[in-house]
Amino acid sequence: MTKHLRDVPTSGIENLSRRYVLKGVAAAGGLVLAVRLLGISRTSADDASKFGAAGMPHGTVNDPRAFVSIAADGTVTIVCHRSEMGQGVRTGMPLILADELEADWSRVKVAQAPGDEVRFGNQDTDGSRSTRHFMKPMRQCGAAARMMLEAAAAKRWGVDVAEVEAKNHQVVHKTSGRALGYGDLAVEAGAMPVPASDKLRLKDPAQFRYIGKGGIDIIDGFDITTGRAKYGQDVRLPGQKYAVIARPPVLGGKVVSFDASQTMKVAGVAKVVQIAEPKIPSAFLPSGGVAVVADNTWAAIEGRKALKIEWDHGPHGAYESKSYRGALETTARQPGNVLRSEGDLDAGLAGAAKKIEAEYYIPHLAHATMEPPSATVRIRDGKVEAWTSVQSPQAAHDLLAKTLGVAPENVTVNVMLLGGGFGRKSKPDFAVEAGLVSKALDGAPVKVVWTREDDIHNGFYHTVSVERLEGGLDKDGKPVAWRHNSVAPTIMSIFAPDPKHEVPFEAGMGLVDMPFDVKNLRIENGAAEAHTKIGWFRSVSNVSHAFAIQSFAGELAAAAGQDQKEFILDLIGPARIVDAKNTTKDFWDYGENPDVYPIDTGRLRKVVELVTEKAGWGRKLPPGHGLGLAVHRSFVTYVAAVVEAAVDDKGNVTVPRVDIAIDCGPTVNPDRVRSQMEGAAIMGLSLAMKSEISFKDGKVLQSNFDDYEVLRINEAPGETHVHIAPHGYDVLPGGVGEPGVPPIAPALLNAIFVATGKRIRTLPLGDQLLKA
Amino acid sequence: MFTLRVNGQTQTYDGDPSMPLLWYLRDVLGLTGTKFGCGVAACGACTIHLDSDAVRSCQTPISDANGKSVTTIEGLDADGNHPLQKAWRALNVPQCGYCQAGQIMQAAAMLKETPHPTDDDIDNAMQGNICRCGTYQRIRAAIKEAAKGA
Repeated sequence: MTKHLRDVPTSGIENLSRRYVLKGVAAAGGLVLAVRLLGISRTSADDASKFGAAGMPHGTVNDPRAFVSIAADGTVTIVCHRSEMGQGVRTGMPLILADELEADWSRVKVAQAPGDEVRFGNQDTDGSRSTRHFMKPMRQCGAAARMMLEAAAAKRWGVDVAEVEAKNHQVVHKTSGRALGYGDLAVEAGAMPVPASDKLRLKDPAQFRYIGKGGIDIIDGFDITTGRAKYGQDVRLPGQKYAVIARPPVLGGKVVSFDASQTMKVAGVAKVVQIAEPKIPSAFLPSGGVAVVADNTWAAIEGRKALKIEWDHGPHGAYESKSYRGALETTARQPGNVLRSEGDLDAGLAGAAKKIEAEYYIPHLAHATMEPPSATVRIRDGKVEAWTSVQSPQAAHDLLAKTLGVAPENVTVNVMLLGGGFGRKSKPDFAVEAGLVSKALDGAPVKVVWTREDDIHNGFYHTVSVERLEGGLDKDGKPVAWRHNSVAPTIMSIFAPDPKHEVPFEAGMGLVDMPFDVKNLRIENGAAEAHTKIGWFRSVSNVSHAFAIQSFAGELAAAAGQDQKEFILDLIGPARIVDAKNTTKDFWDYGENPDVYPIDTGRLRKVVELVTEKAGWGRKLPPGHGLGLAVHRSFVTYVAAVVEAAVDDKGNVTVPRVDIAIDCGPTVNPDRVRSQMEGAAIMGLSLAMKSEISFKDGKVLQSNFDDYEVLRINEAPGETHVHIAPHGYDVLPGGVGEPGVPPIAPALLNAIFVATGKRIRTLPLGDQLLKA
Repeated sequence: MFTLRVNGQTQTYDGDPSMPLLWYLRDVLGLTGTKFGCGVAACGACTIHLDSDAVRSCQTPISDANGKSVTTIEGLDADGNHPLQKAWRALNVPQCGYCQAGQIMQAAAMLKETPHPTDDDIDNAMQGNICRCGTYQRIRAAIKEAAKGA
């Protein structure tokens, strides 16, 4: 996901004097490197470009004093400033630093940073950016701390620093063999000047001990498997109350009146608090409604059931998914805004030997994180403290300060583990709710709990879209014309009044940056109105764009009578750098510098070749089985998938096998790359086969996992094989959390076509193939 | 007044008899290892053992636990070294981890009945437990790994 937008609802003013002592660091005792707060060096200051990490709010920080402390007993505590939601960042980020520090990983502890970007750099954990943006600053932090330890040892021994070397948690005097442990040196090292960025001696990657090596267990494994791990939903403070909230069921709806008399009779209910509705568009602000505060969650839920509320549903009360789809289709058949045009499309189509057109539909989706949103807030002596599972702790911080009317330095946001994120928890609306309810309770600690129904009914949904494609083949089956009109309500609709077009960060997700080698092409975007909150959902617009483009590639291959693999390699064309910078309007490139992260069709070809080889492309399959292929670049990473589908006599679809090849450049923790791909296969199949959010009378029709279905274990692929394209450091790291999802749905649909001859163009698959 | 044993300790409770065990465990006793995922027995995140059966604590009123023994993830093994817990760690099963306590409790009950489960046994026993991160492949493998020692 991509977000430089969080300042829209907030002032964005930072108070530079904000101070915070990390609980984890303080608890380590001893030492330390992490003492001085002023003058933290920022890598972004070195880099005036608007790209990459430097283009994000607060950029990056490469000062070890913000991230490392060493206790007298040698325990190294490394701060993770990014939010853990299953991607493995609490293991991966500290691992990078530990490697450069020459720390022994078994003696490393991880402390979670609160929301404080001045101190730590950008903390928006989305957009598959953590490794891409923070590998370098984390390496710099580790190298700087290592050099400070070396300097301290040299000073103690009275020798030249060139004679000493930090290795595996101690500093050794090379000639005499004398050694001092990191714990022994911590205090003196903390007093050493931090080396300037250009004086840092980074390790030769060949010397990496941990980075890219594998065999690293996740840092929270023990806590997770024993129930000790603490998520936002698990926060408990002395005297804490519990709240659930009845929110307007329609975007922009309002409470006209409510009657809480029956609610107050429910045992355990303490209070009812009305929360004002925000002005629409409301960005990350909560929707308002009525909060029921009780002694426990159950009483709050029961109390809410007894509430009688009269709603004014407002201007979106007629939103209905079926008619809306019809409107999107009508728009898609008209010319849209032209985002990219090459050659002469009309001539290309007119001269084609064969013309094909297809429309694809993908509904809204809900993130349905296993942990529904939750936040706890306490206000004491004018100081606001929150404990919550957010992907955007700084945004939560800023929004709490603004909505509660307190100075930013009086707000602390503690980041808990996230029970899933997928973009939902980039929106800290639930943290603000807890703040508002706590304020109404004179600051008493209160935990706002979202139920699953709340999560399904009041989300920030993946957009809904109609993708219309037209293609032309010459007499040899070679594609000579390609038109794509994408029509989908934009995420910008939560920030600005009534925008109707995809913005560069949406169109840049697989639409305008489509890498195929077709001479005549036109890429358009038609207008669409939003009638619900649209938000980032894992992989965002790539999901819709790749579903359509890769399905259409499969349709063209069939029309040309060619093998999918050979056809798609022809479509990609020869290995080259696609000149997207000059041919597309506002080429976004995930916020990166297109010269540094170009669209490299050689890498695209390579993942196709890798995945087809490993999947045994062309192998003999049982009757009713088919192999489908899709390939997509997103988050500056290249992923190709082969899905084997099996369709039985009744039309039931199962997936015996999935193969995924990923080229994300160099990896930090290959096991977490694999696990992200394994999970992406499940999420991709969920949205391809089962999940749909639809609206009637402005309200979401689904409520829980019984009608908003996601894949279960008995529906999961029989086997998933992940193939990581090996890389040195010839390229920079790409994203991992999101790029696995987009190719899965089209690979499945291409496989179903091979198995059955039927082309599915509407997601989810549901019962479309079932025979009566 | 209800009396029940939770992870070996006797507890008494005299509140709302319809309160689901889930909220009693989480909000009253502070045993937050048992997770809230759906509230309608559709996801399995709240799975505990009531005597030796795996049940969804979100749909088990506390009155049903009267006189019975409740085991949560915190009480599955004193040292956190149940064969399933060890296998889960060895294979790095969890991603976000939120559903995993329920997965492990469900699997533990299954292994008691079926010490050497087939793939179908696993899928049948575990299909009520959703993992949105998609760790199913490793869950299958970890159950088989844990079953090796049985």
